[in-house]
Amino acid sequence: MNLKELYQEIILDHGKNPRNLRKTENFNKDAKGHNPLCGDKVHVYLKLNENKKVEDISFEGQGCAISMASASIMTDLVRGKEEKEVKEIVNDFLEMIKEKNQLNNKILHEDEKTKLMCLSGVKNYPMRVKCATLSWHTLTSAINNSQEEINSETD
Amino acid sequence: MNIQNIKKEFPIFKNKVQNNDLVYLDSANSSQKPLVVVDRIYDFYTKEFSNVGRSVHYLAVAATNLYENTRISVQKYINAKEKEEIVFTKGATEAINLVASSFGQKYLKEGDEVLISELEHHSNYVPWHYLRKSKGIKIEFAEINKNGEISLEEVEKKITSKTKIIALTHLSNVTGAILPIKQITEFAHSKGIPVLVDGCQSAPHMKLDMQELGCDFYAISCHKMYGPTGLGILYAKKKWLEELPPYQGGGGMIGEVKKSGITYGDLPNKYEAGTMATAQVIAFNESIKFINEIGIKNIENHEEELIRYGEEVLRKNNSVKLIGSPKKRGAVLSFTIDGIHPHDIATILDEDGVAIRAGHHCCQILHDKLDLTASARASIGVYNTKDDFDKLNSSINKCKKIFNSK
Repeated sequence: MNLKELYQEIILDHGKNPRNLRKTENFNKDAKGHNPLCGDKVHVYLKLNENKKVEDISFEGQGCAISMASASIMTDLVRGKEEKEVKEIVNDFLEMIKEKNQLNNKILHEDEKTKLMCLSGVKNYPMRVKCATLSWHTLTSAINNSQEEINSETD
Repeated sequence: MNIQNIKKEFPIFKNKVQNNDLVYLDSANSSQKPLVVVDRIYDFYTKEFSNVGRSVHYLAVAATNLYENTRISVQKYINAKEKEEIVFTKGATEAINLVASSFGQKYLKEGDEVLISELEHHSNYVPWHYLRKSKGIKIEFAEINKNGEISLEEVEKKITSKTKIIALTHLSNVTGAILPIKQITEFAHSKGIPVLVDGCQSAPHMKLDMQELGCDFYAISCHKMYGPTGLGILYAKKKWLEELPPYQGGGGMIGEVKKSGITYGDLPNKYEAGTMATAQVIAFNESIKFINEIGIKNIENHEEELIRYGEEVLRKNNSVKLIGSPKKRGAVLSFTIDGIHPHDIATILDEDGVAIRAGHHCCQILHDKLDLTASARASIGVYNTKDDFDKLNSSINKCKKIFNSK
């Protein structure tokens, strides 16, 4: 285990100054997520346009550096993507964080993938994986229009 | 007493944790185990094992005697009047569930009130919540003062003509406040209200005397007092154990079983249905011996000095905010650090072998009240030293450095 791998500069930066930490005006999809063990909470807002493209995405919430950075990076990377592309990125990320060592999607640029791979350090900290995945599960829930609040303890 | 010698009795400290010496500051969660307790479990399973209270063969009789010996040790340890007032459970959680369920079934009806406090662990709230759902009772909360304490006056204020039972922690697992249980019980009894005490955090650290406290029920967690997991104790005054209906049905708790009806066994068997945590009960006798050999007063003095030192160290560290400032603090120090989430603190401390707890510590009501989502908590046991708090402090400084916090 290596602390430096977990708390990379980019994670600390996004954790401290999360991007898109606000509420999208006229959002048309949203979902809430909660990690009852840590107390982490996130609310993801999406605005999809008529072409099902993400016109805006934002989040509100509070949590540890990992969960805030993850939500921050996520919102940065999926803006402008089509709904089905978002789903593909989410699945790719969740697979990477759980078992794979790389991202396989063809949607994100290499530099974007590098940024996202900064979160891969949590693999060595099984108790912290939920911190990194909470906002991503919540994004899926928002896209699927599921009214159910994501609870990290029931997935 | 020599802490280094006491520490040597705990095998866990001989091992490195991620190449570090273990700085174990999570005893409020669960304590480490002295070798005598571990050995006792091994010896029982390898040389003496039998189920208790049923068969008449040699091993069964010997095991039954060992099992009952622990009951007598617990009775003496907490100064209960009779050994029948000691009921073994699978944990303090089950002990409280037992009382809530059996007491609730017999004595509570719609509109009745149960008075608990904002300091309660979920295990002294959720069992009462079931009755709120099933019977329509109300749960009232005694509120904390600015020090994170529950005062006698606050409890008095919350008692109404509808209050049927009061259930309070003896020592908060977050703020460290010690509640005036004796005074609360005296007042409650003057109104005819029984009192249940959650003694999970107090039992490993304080002299317990049921006659002096006067409470009706007292729940203890054995794994927090140098004992095995899977075991708790419910102390209850005999009259309650006689009056209340049994909690679970099964073997061992019955008198006569006919198609037409069933009678229940004598105390305390009535409340010990099924095969109990036999090895754990027998090994727990070693935990009590371990505590008695050091002397609970000596443990109290050592821990009081230590927690005062820990408090001093953390207070000097700017950006560390302590949660609660009770006049008399039990063995826990909860804190937050500006700009660093407790889970990040815990992960970074862990890298140095410093084991603390982060989260809401099963006290969401309290954290909501304090407007916190989580906190970090350092808690001590007899094996801790001032050095542990110095290491905690230097790891906290490392944490601040990583996060570039002031």
